[in-house]
Amino acid sequence: MTRSFENLRQRAQVEWKASQDDGKPRILVGTATCGRSAGAIEVLEALQRESRNRGLDCPVVEVGCIGLCYAEPIVAIFKPSRPGIVYGNVNAPRAARLIERYLLRDDPLAAEALGTLGPESVEGIPRLQDTPVMRHQVRRILRNCGFIDPAKIDHYLAHGGYSGFTKALALDTAEIIEEIKKAGLRGRGGAGFPAWRKWQFTREAKGAKKYVVCNGSEGDPGTFSNKLLLESDPHSVLEGMLIAALAMGADEGYVYCPAQYSLALERLRTALLQMREYGLLGEGILGSSFNFRIEIKEGAGAYICGEETALLECIEGKRGVPRLRPPFPPTAGLWNLPTAIHNVETLACAAAILQNGAPWFAELGTAKSKGTKLFCLSGSVQRGGVIEVPFGTTLHEMIYAIGGGAADGEELKAVQTGGPGGGYLPPGLWDTPVDQDSLLAFGSSTGSGGVVAVDRRSCAVDLARNSLDFARRECCGQCVPCRLGTRQLFDILVDIAEGRGRPQDMELLVELSEGIKRGSLCGLGQTAPNALLSTIRYFPDEYRAHIGQRRCPAGVCRMANSSQLSRTA
Amino acid sequence: MERRLDAILSSFAGQEHELIPILQQVQRELGYLPREAMLEVAQFAGVPESRVYAVATFYAQFRFTPIGRKHVMVCRGTSCHVRGAPRILEEIERQLSIKEGETTPDLSHSLETVACIGACGLSPCIMINNKVEAKLTPKKVAVLLRKAGDDD
Repeated sequence: MTRSFENLRQRAQVEWKASQDDGKPRILVGTATCGRSAGAIEVLEALQRESRNRGLDCPVVEVGCIGLCYAEPIVAIFKPSRPGIVYGNVNAPRAARLIERYLLRDDPLAAEALGTLGPESVEGIPRLQDTPVMRHQVRRILRNCGFIDPAKIDHYLAHGGYSGFTKALALDTAEIIEEIKKAGLRGRGGAGFPAWRKWQFTREAKGAKKYVVCNGSEGDPGTFSNKLLLESDPHSVLEGMLIAALAMGADEGYVYCPAQYSLALERLRTALLQMREYGLLGEGILGSSFNFRIEIKEGAGAYICGEETALLECIEGKRGVPRLRPPFPPTAGLWNLPTAIHNVETLACAAAILQNGAPWFAELGTAKSKGTKLFCLSGSVQRGGVIEVPFGTTLHEMIYAIGGGAADGEELKAVQTGGPGGGYLPPGLWDTPVDQDSLLAFGSSTGSGGVVAVDRRSCAVDLARNSLDFARRECCGQCVPCRLGTRQLFDILVDIAEGRGRPQDMELLVELSEGIKRGSLCGLGQTAPNALLSTIRYFPDEYRAHIGQRRCPAGVCRMANSSQLSRTA
Repeated sequence: MERRLDAILSSFAGQEHELIPILQQVQRELGYLPREAMLEVAQFAGVPESRVYAVATFYAQFRFTPIGRKHVMVCRGTSCHVRGAPRILEEIERQLSIKEGETTPDLSHSLETVACIGACGLSPCIMINNKVEAKLTPKKVAVLLRKAGDDD
């Protein structure tokens, strides 16, 4: 590491500390996508206007998202010699009231607060870390989210940022990979492949050039944690890319991010400029012989490009159709050269491991899945958002203890895990500790961390139809069983939902599903029938009611008058 | 159109792998991909016209007809679905008198559904141009579309 980088880091730390101790109040506003869609920009403007009008010297800082989507817009107010207080569901009038009552008259409006930050509390307000939504969480990957300005590399540096990379620079490549191996890091995108092996294969592969690709595709409906991370702490992901590239001898990287993630893209562009300015990209990084550059690739709206070889095709400017494997990307990836492709969260984990050491990472989790995992809680829950818990946490804890149970006082009936290729699990299975393998036995998976809760107002047949609607639209068309099969499953489900089901249909659906799973090249086809199979397995009576009595017990499906079948065979 | 197209192409080297970024840039500028523009892009990138068409039609982002000034995207994702997205879509179709995939004759609005917007914690949601509108109800949709119409 160069002297000048050490100076930059020290300056960042000194400035951060000064900004905390300058005797001025400070306000943070979460302006990531969730916050914005709930009105955070209006709140930000109201806070700025009000503090100006009142003649207050009070910086109002934009930060990322702490993951409490249900309470957006979220504002944190720091007053000198007081713990920070977090407020939820703020709107413009409430923002003005907070300034008037708390900053000017020292009434913290306890009833409107979510909690205080840090070890201290304020009378009438619990510590945020003691509240139900936070008590079960361990914030390691999300540590900076909602607390630093994601557009400032100095904020990341002041919190230990890039110390993992500078440590890695002092190690040889085998030692870096050993650290990742000892940590037990497995990929967070769904497949759960050991990261160290991918790095080892790529390092050992022969090639004139090697690549690291960050897969930020995040197409699974019900997942939004990659977006949160890229919007709230982009440098944590980019640091992981640097470390991976260094370990494997790669000199070029791509970040693949959907075009509609406009804020994430903006944050990434800013972050890359800052990295260049600080000497973290380019030739001879920080005085070493390591060269690396990163380019952003905007996804063009194809779910299949989350599949790693389809993603490579897309970067090469082609239709995103998955490749035959082997060869696997570490041997022959982008332009047939060795390529390691990692999910956003995996890369952030790699940076955290180098910063804090493998034992720190591996102390949490289960025997085969180490560390914490981001899960996205949504659907019928009271407190939806992104949560971080150790592997081994049960679905019951996630949905009830953290999520607060069903929305609108309803009763929950199923939870879909693992995105559209995951299954719907009934309450009897919610006490299973969740890791990267434990849900497979029940016909589902952990996938990339989607947890969608469904209450009694949803119909099992309709849920399966929605999943197959997704699969048939997103199928790339390459494998016939997937292309025609998902279409046929969908049509049969439409028939059942509209009262044209036939007695033998449940058996037919299962048989067809098995064929699609066996006959498809990639994960999309191999998992597309899971939602359907799980609903037949756990909610067979609902299918029987539709088929036998032309009745939808949940009252969702509308029975048609026509007896014209949708299916073709 | 020709001049705007030239300006876009001049920032690229004319290589095959630039095809998708070029098409994205063209669509950003023109709102959709006119046939003539795709022919031009094929020539520029040195690939057959069929290749440009094959790539463009593969990706959901690309459109081949003009869209409305307000482009409404309704999320079909699981979380939105179980929180009432089908009713939201029906209400929008009723308000705008168009179906999914269509544009109003006056080009004020177009409507499509998308797999997931990624604001699942605030479902159901839609996107109007680049802004996410969250926690929707059919009633809120009516108000929102009226407001969107006023901006014209």
